[in-house]
Amino acid sequence: MNTSVTNTARLLGAGLRALLVLTLLTGVLYPLAVTGIAQGLFDGKANGSEVESNGEVVGSSLIGQAYNLPLKEGQETPAPDLKWFQGRPQNGLGSNSVNTQYRLILSGATNRSADNAELVQWVKDAKAAVVKDNSVPGHPVNPADVPADAVTSSGSGLDPAISPKYADLQVQRVAEKNGLPADRVRKLVDEHTEGRTLGFMGEPRVNVLELNIALKDLAAAGR
Amino acid sequence: MSPVLAGVLQLLALIAALALAYIPLGNHMARVYTSDKHWRVEKWIYKGIGADPDREMRWPAYLRGVLAFSLAGVLFLYLLQRLQGVLPGSLGFASIDPDQAFNTAVSFVTNTNWQSYYGEQAMGHVVQTAGLAVQNFVSAAVGMAVAVALVRGFARSRTGELGNFWADLVRGVVRVLVPIAALAAVVLVACGVIQNFSGIHQVGQFLGDPQQWNGGAVASQEAIKELGTNGGGYFNANSAHPFENPTPFSNLFEIFLILLIPFSLTRTFGLMVGSVRQGYAILGTMAAIWVGFTALMMWTEFAHHGPAPELAGASMEGKELRFGVGASSIFAVATTLTSTGAVDSFHSSYTGLGGGITMLGMMLGEIAPGGTGSGLYGMLIMAVIAVFIAGLMVGRTPEYLGKKIGTREIKFAACYILITPALVLVLTAAAMALPTPGASMTNSGAHGFSEILYAYTSASNNNGSAFAGLNADTQWFNSTLGLAMLLGRFLPMVFVLALAGSLARQQPVPASAGTLRTEKPLFAGLLVGAILIITGLTYFPALALGPLAEGLAA
Repeated sequence: MNTSVTNTARLLGAGLRALLVLTLLTGVLYPLAVTGIAQGLFDGKANGSEVESNGEVVGSSLIGQAYNLPLKEGQETPAPDLKWFQGRPQNGLGSNSVNTQYRLILSGATNRSADNAELVQWVKDAKAAVVKDNSVPGHPVNPADVPADAVTSSGSGLDPAISPKYADLQVQRVAEKNGLPADRVRKLVDEHTEGRTLGFMGEPRVNVLELNIALKDLAAAGR
Repeated sequence: MSPVLAGVLQLLALIAALALAYIPLGNHMARVYTSDKHWRVEKWIYKGIGADPDREMRWPAYLRGVLAFSLAGVLFLYLLQRLQGVLPGSLGFASIDPDQAFNTAVSFVTNTNWQSYYGEQAMGHVVQTAGLAVQNFVSAAVGMAVAVALVRGFARSRTGELGNFWADLVRGVVRVLVPIAALAAVVLVACGVIQNFSGIHQVGQFLGDPQQWNGGAVASQEAIKELGTNGGGYFNANSAHPFENPTPFSNLFEIFLILLIPFSLTRTFGLMVGSVRQGYAILGTMAAIWVGFTALMMWTEFAHHGPAPELAGASMEGKELRFGVGASSIFAVATTLTSTGAVDSFHSSYTGLGGGITMLGMMLGEIAPGGTGSGLYGMLIMAVIAVFIAGLMVGRTPEYLGKKIGTREIKFAACYILITPALVLVLTAAAMALPTPGASMTNSGAHGFSEILYAYTSASNNNGSAFAGLNADTQWFNSTLGLAMLLGRFLPMVFVLALAGSLARQQPVPASAGTLRTEKPLFAGLLVGAILIITGLTYFPALALGPLAEGLAA
């Protein structure tokens, strides 16, 4: 046999063996060791930071959810259930795929550009809806007060948080729908507002699921 | 505190953390690549490979090792995906189609991690951990090995020998990547990144029906994905997904991991060539470009020009609230100035100029600080070019680190810097000229062109991020982007190693009064200028049609 062919075959064999040995190290031992440590030390977090309400798992504190009324016949997208605090808009993935609507099984962004006409329309519609939904008698919402996170969708489509400003804006509506005093609901928002980590990392935020769980408890106690 | 100030403080904290790690890690890596001793586990691995780690290789042998190992990686990963349907632990996912399997295999072996699939809907546990994550380790180690070979080319004289590829590969994995990744993975789990092997299961929701969850060894993959500047997300949303990047701290930590090895390698370089100040000059060049780009990005994103962000009141489309505009901007620059391509926010929805900055970062050749290894060798090639330009100005034979940059050397360097622009521009032009590729665009006009330009820029530079509106899972894009990734990774390596071999054979030239002092700030300035001018001249027309047109219209 030609020596260069033999040499090439020998070299490829070495490459393949190197890959298999390193696969054993980095693709089997390493992930198993990390999993062992993770499950031993932080099992709640390693398994998705599940949160409970009344003894039942209602999701993950890290993953946003939709708070909608059941879909009515003839509706394409369900209407928001205004009893609950609402998260960021649910536009989800772009036209390449299905709309995620906070479904965990597929994450992604709209990928619409800053000058995209469709995105401009979505922002307009979202702003109009936020103003309409949250204006209660005696407390009209000024469109200029609607924060950006209330009218834009997130990168993952699963953003668990909203800004304290957007939460405050929903207080009057939520209080009215639940028959609670607005001050009490505002206090609840304050209790669930998390500042920047160490004072400078990230942005202040309110976890919507945790806030709604607390709201549910408060409403149940109030009755 | 204003969001702008918080953004600046996060950048400063990042710089401080990188500075703290710089000397210990740089020294450690220098020891790793110069030590005579083999660890016991490494000896077992060499036995498994059947290689003698002490046998010195000339550049052709070193290159053959790189290519053989990478070819084995492509074949193995391709087969793993094609067989997924019959493998256990695959969450019931089917085998991947041939064109997509080719694209993905090439993508992970070339350290690109371009993804035309949806992670949580296509890849099961076995392919993710034993296929994709393995390439995250070894493709990074290959990059570091090639960089070290080039450094040895400068450091050695009157020999053609560049070290042993198998030893460099194995040591990079065993002594550098695995220990840091394991530590980082545990930190990420502590932040909330998931790490389990559960299947798709139902979890209750606050309202309505339960929803489906996907388990996975995410933290172990996330750590090496950032540390090895790979960037392939476990989930489609990549590091924007709360299970990959749950908190503001995990976000900064991931950016730190991305930049850690590329910056610290300049220390390793300085030690190996016998002058840490030469390493500082390269570090200074990288850092100046990185800080400059980050400042520009923060400026344009906070200013949020463009119809949609102006209407919304901030550039928050495609960004996660917990990170905000500042931290997202820092991540976007770090990921595109390295060969990472992970995203914590979606670049397609950035302002026109912000999107342009991410593209320009990749077009610089990903050298500030660049990918693990590839950043250092890319920057050293630019240093050779800068020395050559300076030599032309004063009419002296240029030298760098005591080596003459003659005809042969400058030809290799010139070939290196021409490959990627040729791939990007030719393939973008072909995609625009043909009738079907354009149908994959989500946006129209200048931004639609940008989607395609971004795709080829990202693939040819082995970045892997995207203006993800582009539907790249077509035969055209899977094939041409796969080709761009292959040629964009391995052709430059050929020239790097050829240059290294040529340098290592030379006699060192003693420094004289006329020698350009390449450890001085003046040279770092010259280098920044050379990089910006060369990139600008090459890409300005293409950028003008895409992001500049969009950004200036806003």
